[in-house]
Amino acid sequence: MTDTSLTLAEQESRRRRRQTRRALLAPALIIILTISIMPLGITALYSFLTPGTYGGVLWEFTPNAYVQFLFERDIFDGTLQFNDSYLTIYMRSIGLAFGATIGALLIGFPTAYFIATKPREQRNFWLFLITLPFWTNLLIRTYAMLLILRDEGLINLSLMGVGVIERPLSILYTDTAVFIGLIYTYLPFMVLPLYASLEKLDFRLVEAGYDLYANRFQVLRHIIAPIAKPGIIAGCILVFIPGLGAYITPALLGGGKKLMIGNMIAIQFGSSRNWPFGSAAALILMALVVIALLIYARSVSKGARARG
Amino acid sequence: MTSDTAKAPEDGTTRRSMISARELTKMFGQGESAVTALDNVDIKIRENEFFTLLGPSGCGKTTLLRLIAGFELPTSGTIELDGQDITALPPHVRPVNTVFQNYALFPHMTVSENIGFGLKMLGKPSGEADNRVKQMLSLVQLEAMANRRTDQLSGGQQQRVALARALAPAPKVLLLDEPLAALDLKLRKNMQIELKSLQAETGITFIFVTHDQEEALTMSDRIAVMRDGQILQIGTPKEIYDKPTHRFVADFIGDINILEAEVEGAEGDQTRVRLKDGTTMLARSTGADTQGHCAVALRPESIRVAQGGEAPALTGQLENLVYMGSAHNLHLRLGSGEELVVRHGGSTDGIDLSPGAQVGVVIAPGGVRVLA
Amino acid sequence: MADTPPLAAGATARSTRRRMRARDLKAMPGFKVAGWACIFALYLPLVVLVVFSFNDNRSVVKWTEFSLRWYEAAIENDGIRNAAWMSVKVALVATVFSTIAATMAALATTRTAAFRGQGLAYGIINQPLMIPEIVTAISTLSLFSLVKQITGVTGVGYLMAAHTAFCIPFAYMPIRARLEDMTLTLEQAGADLYATPWQTFRYITLPLLMPGILAGAMLAFVVSLDDVIITLMVAGPGETTLPIYILGALRRGITPEINAVSTILVGVSVLLVLVLFLVQGKMKK
Repeated sequence: MTDTSLTLAEQESRRRRRQTRRALLAPALIIILTISIMPLGITALYSFLTPGTYGGVLWEFTPNAYVQFLFERDIFDGTLQFNDSYLTIYMRSIGLAFGATIGALLIGFPTAYFIATKPREQRNFWLFLITLPFWTNLLIRTYAMLLILRDEGLINLSLMGVGVIERPLSILYTDTAVFIGLIYTYLPFMVLPLYASLEKLDFRLVEAGYDLYANRFQVLRHIIAPIAKPGIIAGCILVFIPGLGAYITPALLGGGKKLMIGNMIAIQFGSSRNWPFGSAAALILMALVVIALLIYARSVSKGARARG
Repeated sequence: MTSDTAKAPEDGTTRRSMISARELTKMFGQGESAVTALDNVDIKIRENEFFTLLGPSGCGKTTLLRLIAGFELPTSGTIELDGQDITALPPHVRPVNTVFQNYALFPHMTVSENIGFGLKMLGKPSGEADNRVKQMLSLVQLEAMANRRTDQLSGGQQQRVALARALAPAPKVLLLDEPLAALDLKLRKNMQIELKSLQAETGITFIFVTHDQEEALTMSDRIAVMRDGQILQIGTPKEIYDKPTHRFVADFIGDINILEAEVEGAEGDQTRVRLKDGTTMLARSTGADTQGHCAVALRPESIRVAQGGEAPALTGQLENLVYMGSAHNLHLRLGSGEELVVRHGGSTDGIDLSPGAQVGVVIAPGGVRVLA
Repeated sequence: MADTPPLAAGATARSTRRRMRARDLKAMPGFKVAGWACIFALYLPLVVLVVFSFNDNRSVVKWTEFSLRWYEAAIENDGIRNAAWMSVKVALVATVFSTIAATMAALATTRTAAFRGQGLAYGIINQPLMIPEIVTAISTLSLFSLVKQITGVTGVGYLMAAHTAFCIPFAYMPIRARLEDMTLTLEQAGADLYATPWQTFRYITLPLLMPGILAGAMLAFVVSLDDVIITLMVAGPGETTLPIYILGALRRGITPEINAVSTILVGVSVLLVLVLFLVQGKMKK
């Protein structure tokens, strides 16, 4: 798009700037494209190939991987029978991720509000406190949670010590443990965007609400929550999508019995030696992620349109 | 719509041109939303001159400065520096230095390092550079601050560091972008005097940008009044003040009264005009051939109250009387409905200055000018 | 309570009480408790872990006395030492390359007019944050196995490359943030004073950007040290990093050495983040 009103010098300078920019961007883009993005194409390709004997793939095309997701081939008569085991895993993952999102929201919202209402100088400190655990190793954090949830762990010991229960509750290796673990892991991801929204809240609006005889609950529901909505939506996405693909939390706290999508995929590339199936499962996961992102994008633009 | 008066300066010698811009245009953006910051500007600035670009914000003065410095490239037109075409040269090649509006001192360097930066970039040997830095420090009286970090300095001190830094490499032209804007009044007045004497001492061409007309009048050898990307008038402070060629220029510089009038005809080298209420008077013309409807400008200080039976040139009703200490400012409402401000310097004994009184005024000869 | 104005006829005591309570406007019932509880819950597991790593006996819950024996055992453990060294090696290489790439990318995408493909470039740079890690892990594994088949080249370079890729967005963020705080005026002043574009970068941009670069490097280092999933998939035999070692050890059963090693790892992360936080605090000035 040449604009003839530009001098030659201006065009020359623009071209030089563009070249510099491309050169500067090249390393980062090349590295990420080759290592993180292009491989997705390979994964898509692999999902249509045949598993090799010792892992890896054989270059024979087949839709078997996708078939395997829903159906099992009877070894005797070769007919396909509906197999819901993998579907169950996906359903469980969606359910757990969704549940963890709601849980994180219920816990994170008061926390974010709490920080947003602190005096300005203190807020950075509190934010630091909330995000610090995020920077420690996820494996270790989950391990620490395991120590607390196990039969000889803190929760059971204190409940027994106080006399509420007689025998330890088997929290570990249940869906509940994974649920708690997921919330624990992703809580900072919920608090930060919520805080970002709530920080912009003009408390005079809250005052106005009270002035007009609203009680606390009504103020919360009608004034604060709508303003915090972008933060709520962003936080939910930041918890749901990683939660969907979680690996460590279900591995440690689910004990190999309560599998989520992440574990299942990892197993295909490990002991099950079924790379095509693992690739297919990964692609199906990506499809779910894309759907979630589309819903997010739509709600963001709807919100923007509503605000005009 | 510009004129460069390449007249000989008052001392009679002709100085050569240091900066020469021809048909300089700068547009930002493209297509429908394009903004014209400079519109076909021609200007010649002489060597050893203190030249001021004066105008309201958005008039293009800063854009012109940036084009000379090299931070922007013109959309069309050329710029010459001392005979050399610099239009497309990058800023680090041009022998031009800038004093930025907010000083732009390097926060991670000391005062001395700031001042010596240009010399270092030019590859001057360190002994020579150190001497020059010391010289600059004493020029702006900041010897004691040599090793301080720049954020420990006051606003006035920072400004002087910026000045020293820009002067150290001995540029051919020094550009100053509203450098006194952030200073308080007293400091400002002092700096005006300092800048003026610095320019005379160093002989470097100063191009000074400001929106403060008083500042421009005080410091400049010549002023260019700008508006909406165009130069309306170039001249010495006296020329701009006494003989504005443009209504905007007259209005912008000092206080002025502007009345509607009709041109009746030429009378010798003056023009006879008729005001709205029918009074006629002689006015100095701008040289341009004005006919029909025009505007007529009178400085308040060239009008005074008629005394002792003098026949008034104009009469108006006194609406407001302001005592200024050295003079009285009278705000009169003429029969035509227009307002007239009169600055009466002498005594007011014997004059009826009660509110609503009819006051007659006389105008000093040559105090009326016809404007385009 | 302070003097209350006389009640208008008809106003009930209840509505007055409500209005008085509303003076503490910002407080919501239970939110303060929830806030404190949240922080408490976030830190409790870690605190328990750290505390019991200093416990003298093997039990992870009963406290006998303070002891450093598990730390000694951990340090003497060859497996742990090798894994730690591998982690540091990989993290250092990944940090260096990702920080350089991120710095260049930040310079290209910040403080410039909008350019075509900017959104796309931004999306690619931040990609690792948008795709679930397990997917990236197996994709990268597939890519590397293919390359290994074709070229026959093996080695820890693959792991380092994988780490570099996902470290880039983490290094990029603080650098970009710092760059955005720097106006272009200083660089213009440099050019005005005869600095070539390279000299401007070297004497003006780079020194001022350095705190951001350091912050980015530290972040990248922490993230690389802590990575589990991608390393799990991509690492070959003999390329065990510390988190992988811990994972394996956990599978074999919980031992106190694990607590010690974990505490060390957590300590390193916390220390680096603390330094980063302080540096950023100073940067704001």
